[in-house]
Amino acid sequence: MSFPVIARGLGRSYGDSSLQPHQTIDMTAFDHMLSFDESSGLLEVEAGVTLKEVLETFVPRGWFPPVTPGTQYVTIGGMIATDVHGKNHHVAGSFGQHLVSIDVLVNGGTIITCNKETNADLFHATIGGMGLTGIILRASFHLIRVTSAYIHKETMVTSNLDETMNQFEASATWPYTVAWIDCLATGQDLGRSIFYRGEHAKIESLSANLRSTPLKVGKKSKLSIPVNFPQFVLNRWSVKMFNAFYYWRGRKSSGAGIVDYDSFFYPLDSIIGWNRMYGRKGFLQYQCVFPKVSSREGLIKVLNLVAEAGTGSFLTVLKLFGKQAGVLSFPMEGYTLAMDFPLSEKNLQLLESLDKLVAEYGGRLYLAKDARMPARFFKETYANVGLFNAARSTYRTSDKFTSLQSERLGL
Amino acid sequence: MTQEKDQPVLILGATSDIAKALAHEFARHGHPLQLASRNISDLERCKTDLEVRYKAVVTLHRFDILDITTHHQFFSALQPKPYYVICAVGLLGNQAEQEQDVQQAELVMRTNYMGPAIALEAAAQTLIQNSGATAIIGISSVAGDRGRAKNYYYGSAKAGFTQFLSGLRQKLSKTKVHVMTVKPGFVATRMTEGMVTPKSLTMQPEELATLVFQSLKKKRHVVYDWKWQIIMSIIKMIPEKIFKKLRF
Ligand SMILES: NC(=O)c1ccc[n+]([C@@H]2O[C@H](COP(=O)([O-])OP(=O)(O)OC[C@H]3O[C@@H](n4cnc5c(N)ncnc54)[C@H](OP(=O)(O)O)[C@@H]3O)[C@@H](O)[C@H]2O)c1
Repeated sequence: MSFPVIARGLGRSYGDSSLQPHQTIDMTAFDHMLSFDESSGLLEVEAGVTLKEVLETFVPRGWFPPVTPGTQYVTIGGMIATDVHGKNHHVAGSFGQHLVSIDVLVNGGTIITCNKETNADLFHATIGGMGLTGIILRASFHLIRVTSAYIHKETMVTSNLDETMNQFEASATWPYTVAWIDCLATGQDLGRSIFYRGEHAKIESLSANLRSTPLKVGKKSKLSIPVNFPQFVLNRWSVKMFNAFYYWRGRKSSGAGIVDYDSFFYPLDSIIGWNRMYGRKGFLQYQCVFPKVSSREGLIKVLNLVAEAGTGSFLTVLKLFGKQAGVLSFPMEGYTLAMDFPLSEKNLQLLESLDKLVAEYGGRLYLAKDARMPARFFKETYANVGLFNAARSTYRTSDKFTSLQSERLGL
Repeated sequence: MTQEKDQPVLILGATSDIAKALAHEFARHGHPLQLASRNISDLERCKTDLEVRYKAVVTLHRFDILDITTHHQFFSALQPKPYYVICAVGLLGNQAEQEQDVQQAELVMRTNYMGPAIALEAAAQTLIQNSGATAIIGISSVAGDRGRAKNYYYGSAKAGFTQFLSGLRQKLSKTKVHVMTVKPGFVATRMTEGMVTPKSLTMQPEELATLVFQSLKKKRHVVYDWKWQIIMSIIKMIPEKIFKKLRF
């Protein structure tokens, strides 16, 4: 009898994608770095190596990952399986687009090396394939050169959605752009945001005291949330207060400045156990993307519905994506909106209504954040499921590699 | 003062998870590493990993702690001579089986006490010839502080090792060889895999490695995690009459 299995990295996907009751393989001990080419920046690692380790090892040597998600607590294998994107998707694409080669363990124990030329079908299906094409063992990708560990960051305030979207278009040549939306603002204020853009700081732009050690970032103290907050802490009122406060703070701090890469890319990493703010029941993430043509309308509908429901989302993030890649990858050219909601019956119903809007406007949801989407909705919105399944059957991985999520989605 | 790059660290039992974390800690600070194990092939990846991450200079050495007649020869042949020698070799095994099977019982006693003691005696004789300040670090265990029904073969062997280190420290007190005894509580490694240990009392190997490194800088003699220090000082005070009835 052969049981299904799924690989698990640091467990940072928000739903059930790295859970398999029969067998779940903890990949975090498979964490050796295998080679690094100082001239080209090509790094080869085992899949359990974490992004944090890559940063700690290579930022001091003047290299940076080509793409990074909003936390460093992810493994390289997980980054490939979910084909993570970062604030630079509009110029750099997703992580999978930077892979030179990967080794995948498929059914029967065969290890297949694949890249754009050889076994390309497996390569493209594995990128964003949620671990369903086999176990990602090793990967190689290019790091990019940086001259400092700092980011030149500009903060701007926008007063509605159109201004926010214009800001994205106007900042298209900036490598990193993102906006935090005040999700409780309505009417004329709908879509008002704090817009951030950034680029790796050049040495000249650093202050004199940083200039002597531009690649070094001091150790920061971390805040830790040791216990679950009681359920009542997060309510309509506190979310509203937080959103108002955040907007106010953004207005006050707008302008340009230099921040270290940690604060720019991983603000939540400095609060250990931040998820506990949502109490014992936890929370649901909802990240959707709309094609560019329907983005504006779709976003207005979604934001209105969320504002109406009033339960609000603590951190609502908007981002403009570039071109689509990968078979099952999430990003498509257009706008993506990420929200989080405390888990409740009411919010589950809200998400169902949001699903309808997402489908209506040709969008889809990010699998790494999903814990509840229905199979029918998934198949309706992911056009390449057929192609994905074809690759899985070619390599006979369909029944062997499944997760609670893939079973739920009928994959 | 010699620099870190001139102070090689020899780790016996280098395949252990604690040893790996120690290798990273010392490599990060610029030390060359001499990794010794009976399974050298398992160490090839570790060597590459340390080279890629820290540009460390790493050599691999075949070493079996049970092969006690070769230990002195091992140290005299070793080049360059290490500055720090760490022994991470250990075997917990299964207490119930050890009670029934003398060979298993013997293996635990030899692996945790006899082998490490003889190896570190040989290490001391090598280190003493060095003109700089060197150190021997023995990884013992809190299990050696008081015998318990749960693991008294392992515990008594670790007790022997702890006492050996104490004696060696006294003997070398006038030399430049510092002897440090490390007594971990629970550490999340291959040895404790599958065991249910209280989370707040379980260290990650990396945390222990940092503690060891810092303690070495401070020339500590016996190193505990502070929580375990409190626990063990209480456990050691419990009268035998009561202790014998406890089960934990
Ligand atoms: N984990 C804990 O909770 C804990 C608590 C207190 C103390 N300790 C002590 O910490 C040390 C490291 O243990 P660990 O937790 O990292 O466990 P581990 O991974 O099981 O390490 C044990 C090490 O001992 C080596 N070894 C066993 N027999 C050997 C022999 N005949 N010759 C050479 N090497 C031999 C093993 O090498 P192979 O790979 O060749 O088998 C392995 O490297 C041990 O001394 C252990 O007693 C651990």
